[in-house]
Amino acid sequence: MTMIDAQGLARSFQAPQGEVNAVRGVDLKVEDGEIVGFLGPNGAGKTTTLRMLTTLLRPTAGTARVAGCDLLSDPVGVRRRIGYVAQGGGANPAEVVANELLLQARLYGMSKSEAGPRIADLAERLGLGGLETRLIGSLSGGQRRRLDIALGLVHRPPLIFLDEPSTGLDPTSRNQLWDHIRGLRDELGATVFLSTHYLDEADALCDRILIMDQGAILVEDRPEELKNRVSGDAVTLEVAAADVPAAQDVVRGLAGTRAVNVTGQTIRFRADHSSRSMIEIMRALDARAVDPISIQVDRPTLDDVFLTLTGQSAAATSARAA
Amino acid sequence: MQTLRDTLLVFENQLRFTFRYKITIVMGLVQPVLYLLLFGPLLTKLGDMGRPGDTWQTFVPGVLVYLALFGAGFCGFGIIADVRSGVIERLRVTPVSRFALLMGRVIREVAVLLVQSVIIIAVGLLLGLRANVLGILSAVILVVLLGTALAALSLSLGVALKSEDQFAPLLTSATLPIMLLAGILLPMTLAPTWLDVLSRINPLRYIVDAIRDLFADRFATWAVLEGTAVSVVLAVVCVAVGMRTFAKESA
Repeated sequence: MTMIDAQGLARSFQAPQGEVNAVRGVDLKVEDGEIVGFLGPNGAGKTTTLRMLTTLLRPTAGTARVAGCDLLSDPVGVRRRIGYVAQGGGANPAEVVANELLLQARLYGMSKSEAGPRIADLAERLGLGGLETRLIGSLSGGQRRRLDIALGLVHRPPLIFLDEPSTGLDPTSRNQLWDHIRGLRDELGATVFLSTHYLDEADALCDRILIMDQGAILVEDRPEELKNRVSGDAVTLEVAAADVPAAQDVVRGLAGTRAVNVTGQTIRFRADHSSRSMIEIMRALDARAVDPISIQVDRPTLDDVFLTLTGQSAAATSARAA
Repeated sequence: MQTLRDTLLVFENQLRFTFRYKITIVMGLVQPVLYLLLFGPLLTKLGDMGRPGDTWQTFVPGVLVYLALFGAGFCGFGIIADVRSGVIERLRVTPVSRFALLMGRVIREVAVLLVQSVIIIAVGLLLGLRANVLGILSAVILVVLLGTALAALSLSLGVALKSEDQFAPLLTSATLPIMLLAGILLPMTLAPTWLDVLSRINPLRYIVDAIRDLFADRFATWAVLEGTAVSVVLAVVCVAVGMRTFAKESA
């Protein structure tokens, strides 16, 4: 089943300086069981798109089916089938953890007796065990975030939206959170649609990435494909001074290498990524009796992808948007 | 049925916070009781103030409306923190109806107002208020309708403004003229014509006067009819406004 099928979703706002097109005609499809990342700098329109898909914001144009229900004609049906974890969370700091989870379960129509085991299971799964009687305002950032996710999961939605889930977390909490997010799909069978402005997060979690900038989706693909699309691997080869000319010949002579750049004993170049390409390079060097001192291969990061696509780095775009 | 269940669920949740901070119910009572104790006795020397009924029958209704205005009327203050912490948005993604989200909170305010009204009427009776049960019951119904209207309006204002810094000055500057023009402290029968006419744009004036007639055992009067009509219309309109605000995207 297609979990999200949006066509031409757009949203404009009236601002003092005129009409602002926050999102301009987004088409997207998310299949059952995928983890899809929505990547882009601050102000790209990710949150606005997410708020439209979760029934919080009415699109000014376009249609969508979310979790099998029509966004415009059956928003309540959509709400029943999705979980949404907002950027800033949504737990009441003045409430106690267990009460908040119980309220949430009951708002989704569960009875107290149905909710009990469900909440216990969730607390266990998300590492909230033992925190049930704590005041939400007193939780740590990581605990709070896991509670937010638990609140979005009480009704076992087949589709979960996470808006910048790891913002503000320390590296350990972040890694834990990633494990939990993978668990949503692997253990609960849920489809996850998350937004992030961290390239490494999208890379680590997602089967597929949509890159958004200035209200439109620039590109969508698997993280690996996106990286291939850019420029191939960055290869750094170091050889003995006497071997430099031969090594340079070899590198230039191979198919799929480019941007060869020699400084001293170091030869840097780009090579199309394939699991065999390094073996071929090594064999060719061997054939000319060149014995490399070291060879290093770096996969392009999504930052490189972003740079190629938007002409500026993700950091620069978000600085502009801020 | 589902909506009723959801409304009660939100109400129950809100009520738990009320019980946790019981002090707020008492605090809300301090000023009205002070008015009864320290201001009411001054009026007894003024006689009937141009109205049927005695001083307490004229003054206690004013205090009840004061209670609604400064209690339920300010409840929007409390929702701002919930808007900011994302609680309202989280609730809006659940299948619960917007009516339930609003009314659960409104009913909590009305319940608090009801308890406070009973206390005020009891204190009034001790001070010399004479009113029969039917009069008191119908007056309480009008207070409940007014409380519903003011709570719904205040909550939508809180949700729309999203900032205590804007909410507080706006409300304090709006409530003073509303209170004075309702003839809460002294009835508008004492007012010069221009002030009397001006006060008629204030819906609360009709409600105070209706409650005064009810306390004075006068049921079949224009004032009762007007006050009842005004409080019903006000409640319906304000709840509709509140629902619109809760359904609105920016909320």
